Amino acid sequence: MIIGEQKRLEEISGMLDGHRGILIAGCRSCVAICLAGGEKEVAVMAESLRLISSLRGKGWEIEEAMVERQCEKEWVAELRPRIEGKDCVLSLACGVGAQTVQAMYPRVRVLPGLNTSNMGAPEESGIFVEKCGGCGDCVLHLTGGICPIARCAKSLLNGPCGGSQGGKCEVSPDTPCAWEEIYHSLESLGRLDLLEEPIPPKSWLPARDGGPRRIVRKEAVLTEEQKRLKGGKA
Amino acid sequence: MMRILAFCCERGPGEAIDLAGEKRMRYPADLTLIQVPCAGRVDVAHLLKAFREGADAVVLVGCLEGNCHHIYGNIEGRKKVDRAKQILDEVGLGGQRLEMFHVASNQPFRIAELAAEMASRVERLGPNPLAVKE
Repeated sequence: MIIGEQKRLEEISGMLDGHRGILIAGCRSCVAICLAGGEKEVAVMAESLRLISSLRGKGWEIEEAMVERQCEKEWVAELRPRIEGKDCVLSLACGVGAQTVQAMYPRVRVLPGLNTSNMGAPEESGIFVEKCGGCGDCVLHLTGGICPIARCAKSLLNGPCGGSQGGKCEVSPDTPCAWEEIYHSLESLGRLDLLEEPIPPKSWLPARDGGPRRIVRKEAVLTEEQKRLKGGKA
Repeated sequence: MMRILAFCCERGPGEAIDLAGEKRMRYPADLTLIQVPCAGRVDVAHLLKAFREGADAVVLVGCLEGNCHHIYGNIEGRKKVDRAKQILDEVGLGGQRLEMFHVASNQPFRIAELAAEMASRVERLGPNPLAVKE
Protein backbone atom coordinates (compact mmCIF):
# COMPACT_ATOMS: atom_id res chain seq x y z
CA MET A 1 0.00 0.00 0.00
CA ILE A 2 0.98 3.61 -0.41
CA ILE A 3 1.96 5.37 2.80
CA GLY A 4 1.41 9.08 3.25
CA GLU A 5 1.15 11.57 6.07
CA GLN A 6 -0.74 14.82 6.42
CA LYS A 7 0.98 18.09 5.73
CA ARG A 8 1.09 20.55 8.61
CA LEU A 9 -2.02 22.69 9.05
CA GLU A 10 -0.04 25.89 8.51
CA GLU A 11 1.13 24.69 5.09
CA ILE A 12 -2.38 23.60 4.10
CA SER A 13 -3.82 26.87 5.38
CA GLY A 14 -1.31 28.77 3.23
CA MET A 15 -2.27 26.78 0.14
CA LEU A 16 -5.97 27.45 0.74
CA ASP A 17 -5.56 31.22 1.05
CA GLY A 18 -7.49 32.99 -1.66
CA HIS A 19 -9.99 30.16 -2.11
CA ARG A 20 -13.54 30.05 -0.78
CA GLY A 21 -15.46 26.89 -1.77
CA ILE A 22 -13.29 23.98 -0.64
CA LEU A 23 -13.99 20.26 -0.98
CA ILE A 24 -11.86 17.98 1.16
CA ALA A 25 -11.70 14.67 -0.66
CA GLY A 26 -10.51 11.56 1.16
CA CYS A 27 -9.77 8.06 -0.10
CA ARG A 28 -10.92 4.82 1.48
CA SER A 29 -7.91 2.81 0.27
CA CYS A 30 -4.23 2.96 1.29
CA VAL A 31 -4.30 6.36 2.99
CA ALA A 32 -7.27 5.30 5.11
CA ILE A 33 -5.23 2.35 6.39
CA CYS A 34 -2.26 4.58 7.21
CA LEU A 35 -4.63 7.00 8.98
CA ALA A 36 -3.84 9.97 6.75
CA GLY A 37 -6.82 10.39 4.44
CA GLY A 38 -9.72 8.18 5.52
CA GLU A 39 -13.17 9.27 6.63
CA LYS A 40 -12.12 10.21 10.17
CA GLU A 41 -9.03 12.07 9.02
CA VAL A 42 -11.14 14.05 6.55
CA ALA A 43 -13.56 14.95 9.37
CA VAL A 44 -10.71 16.10 11.62
CA MET A 45 -9.08 18.07 8.81
CA ALA A 46 -12.40 19.74 8.01
CA GLU A 47 -12.98 20.72 11.64
CA SER A 48 -9.40 21.98 12.00
CA LEU A 49 -9.71 24.14 8.89
CA ARG A 50 -13.14 25.42 9.94
CA LEU A 51 -11.57 26.49 13.24
CA ILE A 52 -8.76 28.29 11.39
CA SER A 53 -11.30 29.92 9.07
CA SER A 54 -13.43 31.17 11.97
CA LEU A 55 -10.47 32.34 14.06
CA ARG A 56 -8.64 34.09 11.22
CA GLY A 57 -11.66 35.26 9.19
CA LYS A 58 -10.75 33.25 6.09
CA GLY A 59 -14.35 32.77 4.95
CA TRP A 60 -13.76 29.21 3.80
CA GLU A 61 -16.82 27.10 2.99
CA ILE A 62 -15.68 23.56 3.60
CA GLU A 63 -17.38 20.33 2.54
CA GLU A 64 -16.23 16.74 2.90
CA ALA A 65 -16.36 13.85 0.42
CA MET A 66 -15.03 10.31 0.27
CA VAL A 67 -13.99 8.26 -2.74
CA GLU A 68 -13.43 4.51 -2.71
CA ARG A 69 -10.16 4.85 -4.66
CA GLN A 70 -9.01 8.30 -5.71
CA CYS A 71 -6.55 6.80 -8.21
CA GLU A 72 -9.31 5.38 -10.43
CA LYS A 73 -11.33 7.49 -12.83
CA GLU A 74 -14.51 5.45 -12.32
CA TRP A 75 -14.64 6.31 -8.63
CA VAL A 76 -13.43 9.90 -9.05
CA ALA A 77 -16.28 10.49 -11.54
CA GLU A 78 -18.64 10.24 -8.55
CA LEU A 79 -17.15 13.45 -7.18
CA ARG A 80 -18.53 15.55 -10.06
CA PRO A 81 -21.67 16.89 -8.31
CA ARG A 82 -19.67 17.64 -5.16
CA ILE A 83 -16.91 19.49 -7.03
CA GLU A 84 -19.24 21.70 -9.06
CA GLY A 85 -19.08 25.28 -7.82
CA LYS A 86 -15.97 24.71 -5.69
CA ASP A 87 -12.76 26.76 -6.03
CA CYS A 88 -10.51 23.93 -5.05
CA VAL A 89 -10.21 20.36 -3.86
CA LEU A 90 -7.96 19.53 -0.94
CA SER A 91 -7.03 15.93 -1.72
CA LEU A 92 -6.25 13.73 1.27
CA ALA A 93 -5.22 10.92 -1.08
CA CYS A 94 -1.75 9.99 -2.28
CA GLY A 95 -0.14 11.93 -5.11
CA VAL A 96 -1.67 9.51 -7.59
CA GLY A 97 -5.17 10.25 -6.32
CA ALA A 98 -4.62 14.02 -6.33
CA GLN A 99 -3.36 13.85 -9.93
CA THR A 100 -6.32 11.73 -11.04
CA VAL A 101 -8.76 14.29 -9.60
CA GLN A 102 -6.85 17.14 -11.25
CA ALA A 103 -6.84 15.34 -14.62
CA MET A 104 -10.60 14.75 -14.46
CA TYR A 105 -11.52 18.25 -13.28
CA PRO A 106 -9.04 20.55 -15.04
CA ARG A 107 -10.95 23.73 -14.14
CA VAL A 108 -10.72 23.17 -10.37
CA ARG A 109 -7.44 23.54 -8.51
CA VAL A 110 -6.43 20.35 -6.68
CA LEU A 111 -4.19 20.85 -3.65
CA PRO A 112 -2.26 18.06 -1.92
CA GLY A 113 -3.14 17.62 1.74
CA LEU A 114 -0.71 14.73 2.15
CA ASN A 115 2.96 14.10 1.58
CA THR A 116 3.10 10.74 -0.17
CA SER A 117 5.99 8.84 1.30
CA ASN A 118 6.49 5.25 0.21
CA MET A 119 5.20 1.77 -0.55
CA GLY A 120 5.02 -0.07 2.72
CA ALA A 121 2.91 -1.87 5.26
CA PRO A 122 1.60 -1.41 8.80
CA GLU A 123 4.26 -2.86 11.15
CA GLU A 124 1.96 -2.56 14.15
CA SER A 125 -0.97 -0.30 15.00
CA GLY A 126 0.08 3.24 14.09
CA ILE A 127 3.53 2.32 12.71
CA PHE A 128 4.06 2.10 8.95
CA VAL A 129 7.29 0.93 7.37
CA GLU A 130 8.63 1.14 3.83
CA LYS A 131 8.89 -2.31 2.23
CA CYS A 132 9.24 -1.95 -1.54
CA GLY A 133 11.46 0.30 -3.64
CA GLY A 134 9.44 -0.19 -6.83
CA CYS A 135 12.67 -0.91 -8.72
CA GLY A 136 10.89 -2.86 -11.46
CA ASP A 137 13.25 -5.85 -11.16
CA CYS A 138 12.34 -7.82 -8.03
CA VAL A 139 15.06 -9.83 -6.23
CA LEU A 140 13.00 -11.08 -3.26
CA HIS A 141 13.56 -14.70 -4.36
CA LEU A 142 17.28 -14.22 -3.67
CA THR A 143 16.94 -12.32 -0.41
CA GLY A 144 14.56 -14.38 1.70
CA GLY A 145 11.55 -12.20 0.93
CA ILE A 146 13.16 -9.02 2.29
CA CYS A 147 13.73 -6.13 -0.09
CA PRO A 148 17.32 -4.83 0.06
CA ILE A 149 16.44 -1.93 -2.23
CA ALA A 150 13.86 -0.38 0.12
CA ARG A 151 14.95 -1.73 3.47
CA CYS A 152 18.73 -1.27 3.27
CA ALA A 153 19.65 2.42 3.59
CA LYS A 154 22.30 1.94 0.88
CA SER A 155 20.17 -0.44 -1.26
CA LEU A 156 23.09 -2.88 -1.16
CA LEU A 157 22.68 -6.07 -3.16
CA ASN A 158 25.46 -7.89 -1.32
CA GLY A 159 25.39 -6.62 2.25
CA PRO A 160 25.67 -5.98 5.05
CA CYS A 161 27.97 -2.97 5.23
CA GLY A 162 30.18 -1.98 8.17
CA GLY A 163 27.41 0.19 9.58
CA SER A 164 25.41 -2.84 10.70
CA GLN A 165 25.69 -2.95 14.49
CA GLY A 166 23.78 -5.35 16.72
CA GLY A 167 21.22 -6.01 14.01
CA LYS A 168 20.50 -2.29 13.52
CA CYS A 169 21.39 0.10 10.73
CA GLU A 170 23.76 2.96 11.52
CA VAL A 171 21.18 5.35 10.02
CA SER A 172 18.82 4.93 12.98
CA PRO A 173 18.57 2.67 16.03
CA ASP A 174 14.92 2.06 15.02
CA THR A 175 15.91 0.69 11.62
CA PRO A 176 16.77 -3.01 11.44
CA CYS A 177 19.69 -3.94 9.20
CA ALA A 178 18.00 -5.42 6.12
CA TRP A 179 20.93 -7.72 5.46
CA GLU A 180 20.88 -9.10 9.00
CA GLU A 181 17.17 -9.82 8.44
CA ILE A 182 17.91 -11.35 5.04
CA TYR A 183 20.52 -13.64 6.66
CA HIS A 184 18.09 -14.83 9.36
CA SER A 185 15.28 -15.29 6.84
CA LEU A 186 17.47 -17.41 4.55
CA GLU A 187 18.74 -19.32 7.58
CA SER A 188 15.19 -20.25 8.64
CA LEU A 189 14.38 -21.17 5.04
CA GLY A 190 17.48 -23.41 4.91
CA ARG A 191 18.75 -21.45 1.91
CA LEU A 192 21.94 -19.79 3.16
CA ASP A 193 23.52 -21.19 -0.01
CA LEU A 194 21.89 -18.27 -1.85
CA LEU A 195 24.33 -15.95 -0.10
CA GLU A 196 27.30 -17.73 -1.63
CA GLU A 197 26.46 -16.41 -5.10
CA PRO A 198 27.00 -12.64 -5.35
CA ILE A 199 24.07 -10.79 -6.86
CA PRO A 200 25.40 -9.04 -10.00
CA PRO A 201 25.04 -5.28 -10.52
CA LYS A 202 21.40 -4.43 -11.05
CA SER A 203 19.91 -2.88 -14.14
CA TRP A 204 18.15 0.30 -13.06
CA LEU A 205 16.49 0.79 -16.44
CA PRO A 206 13.14 -0.64 -15.22
CA ALA A 207 13.39 1.67 -12.20
CA ARG A 208 12.61 5.39 -12.01
CA ASP A 209 15.90 6.17 -13.77
CA GLY A 210 14.26 5.29 -17.08
CA GLY A 211 11.67 8.07 -16.64
CA PRO A 212 7.94 7.65 -15.84
CA ARG A 213 7.02 3.99 -16.26
CA ARG A 214 4.12 2.65 -18.27
CA ILE A 215 2.85 -0.90 -18.20
CA VAL A 216 0.60 -2.08 -21.02
CA ARG A 217 -1.52 -5.25 -20.76
CA LYS A 218 -2.55 -5.72 -24.36
CA GLU A 219 -5.38 -8.10 -23.55
CA ALA A 220 -7.01 -5.46 -21.34
CA VAL A 221 -6.62 -2.49 -23.69
CA LEU A 222 -9.95 -1.67 -25.34
CA THR A 223 -10.18 -1.52 -29.11
CA GLU A 224 -11.50 1.66 -30.73
CA GLU A 225 -14.81 -0.11 -31.33
CA GLN A 226 -15.05 -1.20 -27.68
CA LYS A 227 -14.33 2.36 -26.56
CA ARG A 228 -17.07 3.65 -28.88
CA LEU A 229 -19.54 1.08 -27.51
CA LYS A 230 -18.68 2.11 -23.95
CA GLY A 231 -19.38 5.76 -24.77
CA GLY A 232 -15.78 6.89 -24.87
CA LYS A 233 -15.00 5.53 -21.41
CA ALA A 234 -11.77 3.54 -21.62
CA MET B 1 -20.86 32.97 31.96
CA MET B 2 -18.26 30.59 30.58
CA ARG B 3 -19.15 27.41 28.71
CA ILE B 4 -17.44 24.19 29.74
CA LEU B 5 -18.52 21.10 27.88
CA ALA B 6 -17.89 17.65 29.34
CA PHE B 7 -18.18 14.46 27.33
CA CYS B 8 -18.69 11.86 30.05
CA CYS B 9 -18.57 8.11 29.81
CA GLU B 10 -21.93 6.84 31.07
CA ARG B 11 -20.29 4.18 33.23
CA GLY B 12 -17.90 5.30 36.02
CA PRO B 13 -18.15 9.06 35.41
CA GLY B 14 -21.91 8.84 34.68
CA GLU B 15 -22.49 7.15 38.01
CA ALA B 16 -20.24 9.69 39.74
CA ILE B 17 -22.46 12.45 38.34
CA ASP B 18 -25.60 10.68 39.61
CA LEU B 19 -23.98 10.29 43.01
CA ALA B 20 -22.99 13.97 43.05
CA GLY B 21 -26.67 14.79 42.42
CA GLU B 22 -27.92 12.41 45.11
CA LYS B 23 -25.51 13.92 47.61
CA ARG B 24 -26.57 17.45 46.59
CA MET B 25 -22.98 18.30 45.73
CA ARG B 26 -22.56 21.60 43.95
CA TYR B 27 -20.71 22.08 40.72
CA PRO B 28 -20.61 25.20 38.54
CA ALA B 29 -23.60 25.85 36.28
CA ASP B 30 -21.04 26.55 33.52
CA LEU B 31 -20.60 22.81 33.08
CA THR B 32 -22.69 21.11 30.38
CA LEU B 33 -22.61 17.33 30.47
CA ILE B 34 -23.01 15.05 27.45
CA GLN B 35 -23.12 11.36 28.27
CA VAL B 36 -21.45 9.00 25.79
CA PRO B 37 -21.30 5.18 25.85
CA CYS B 38 -17.52 5.27 26.38
CA ALA B 39 -14.75 7.90 26.36
CA GLY B 40 -13.33 6.09 23.34
CA ARG B 41 -16.50 6.90 21.37
CA VAL B 42 -15.63 10.60 21.23
CA ASP B 43 -13.62 11.57 18.18
CA VAL B 44 -11.09 14.34 17.60
CA ALA B 45 -13.62 15.98 15.26
CA HIS B 46 -16.26 16.09 18.06
CA LEU B 47 -13.80 17.82 20.40
CA LEU B 48 -12.81 20.39 17.77
CA LYS B 49 -16.43 21.04 16.77
CA ALA B 50 -17.27 21.88 20.38
CA PHE B 51 -14.71 24.69 20.27
CA ARG B 52 -15.90 25.90 16.87
CA GLU B 53 -19.39 26.17 18.34
CA GLY B 54 -18.13 28.35 21.17
CA ALA B 55 -17.10 26.16 24.11
CA ASP B 56 -14.51 27.90 26.30
CA ALA B 57 -13.19 24.58 27.55
CA VAL B 58 -13.92 20.93 26.83
CA VAL B 59 -13.22 17.89 28.95
CA LEU B 60 -13.40 14.21 28.19
CA VAL B 61 -14.21 12.19 31.28
CA GLY B 62 -13.47 8.48 31.21
CA CYS B 63 -13.20 5.68 33.75
CA LEU B 64 -10.02 5.05 35.69
CA GLU B 65 -7.26 3.33 33.76
CA GLY B 66 -7.79 -0.41 33.87
CA ASN B 67 -11.51 0.02 34.64
CA CYS B 68 -12.88 0.57 31.14
CA HIS B 69 -15.90 -1.62 30.37
CA HIS B 70 -14.66 -1.72 26.77
CA ILE B 71 -11.09 -2.65 27.90
CA TYR B 72 -9.20 0.41 26.63
CA GLY B 73 -11.76 2.99 25.46
CA ASN B 74 -10.49 5.46 28.06
CA ILE B 75 -6.93 5.11 26.75
CA GLU B 76 -8.18 5.65 23.20
CA GLY B 77 -10.05 8.72 24.45
CA ARG B 78 -6.90 10.14 26.03
CA LYS B 79 -4.95 9.68 22.80
CA LYS B 80 -7.66 11.57 20.91
CA VAL B 81 -7.52 14.37 23.48
CA ASP B 82 -3.73 14.55 23.00
CA ARG B 83 -4.18 14.81 19.21
CA ALA B 84 -6.90 17.47 19.55
CA LYS B 85 -4.71 19.47 21.97
CA GLN B 86 -1.95 19.47 19.35
CA ILE B 87 -4.39 20.79 16.72
CA LEU B 88 -5.76 23.45 19.10
CA ASP B 89 -2.18 24.65 19.69
CA GLU B 90 -1.55 24.71 15.93
CA VAL B 91 -4.69 26.73 15.15
CA GLY B 92 -3.92 29.14 17.99
CA LEU B 93 -6.83 28.38 20.32
CA GLY B 94 -4.64 26.67 22.93
CA GLY B 95 -4.52 23.01 23.87
CA GLN B 96 -4.92 23.89 27.55
CA ARG B 97 -8.62 24.46 26.94
CA LEU B 98 -9.02 20.71 26.53
CA GLU B 99 -8.31 18.02 29.12
CA MET B 100 -8.87 14.35 29.85
CA PHE B 101 -9.97 13.29 33.33
CA HIS B 102 -10.41 9.82 34.77
CA VAL B 103 -13.20 9.49 37.34
CA ALA B 104 -14.48 6.41 39.16
CA SER B 105 -18.13 5.91 40.11
CA ASN B 106 -17.33 6.55 43.80
CA GLN B 107 -15.61 9.89 43.13
CA PRO B 108 -18.50 12.38 42.76
CA PHE B 109 -16.31 15.17 44.19
CA ARG B 110 -14.03 14.87 41.11
CA ILE B 111 -16.80 16.33 38.91
CA ALA B 112 -16.76 19.60 40.85
CA GLU B 113 -12.95 19.53 40.94
CA LEU B 114 -12.56 19.14 37.19
CA ALA B 115 -15.09 21.91 36.56
CA ALA B 116 -13.17 24.21 38.90
CA GLU B 117 -9.87 23.30 37.24
CA MET B 118 -11.18 24.10 33.76
CA ALA B 119 -12.89 27.29 34.98
CA SER B 120 -9.59 28.54 36.36
CA ARG B 121 -7.88 27.74 33.05
CA VAL B 122 -10.52 29.69 31.11
CA GLU B 123 -10.11 32.64 33.48
CA ARG B 124 -6.39 32.57 32.75
CA LEU B 125 -6.72 32.07 28.97
CA GLY B 126 -9.78 34.29 28.43
CA PRO B 127 -12.98 33.29 26.65
CA ASN B 128 -13.04 31.38 23.38
CA PRO B 129 -12.78 34.12 20.73
CA LEU B 130 -15.34 32.26 18.63
CA ALA B 131 -17.89 32.54 21.46
CA VAL B 132 -17.22 36.27 21.77
CA LYS B 133 -17.96 36.77 18.07
CA GLU B 134 -21.44 35.27 18.41
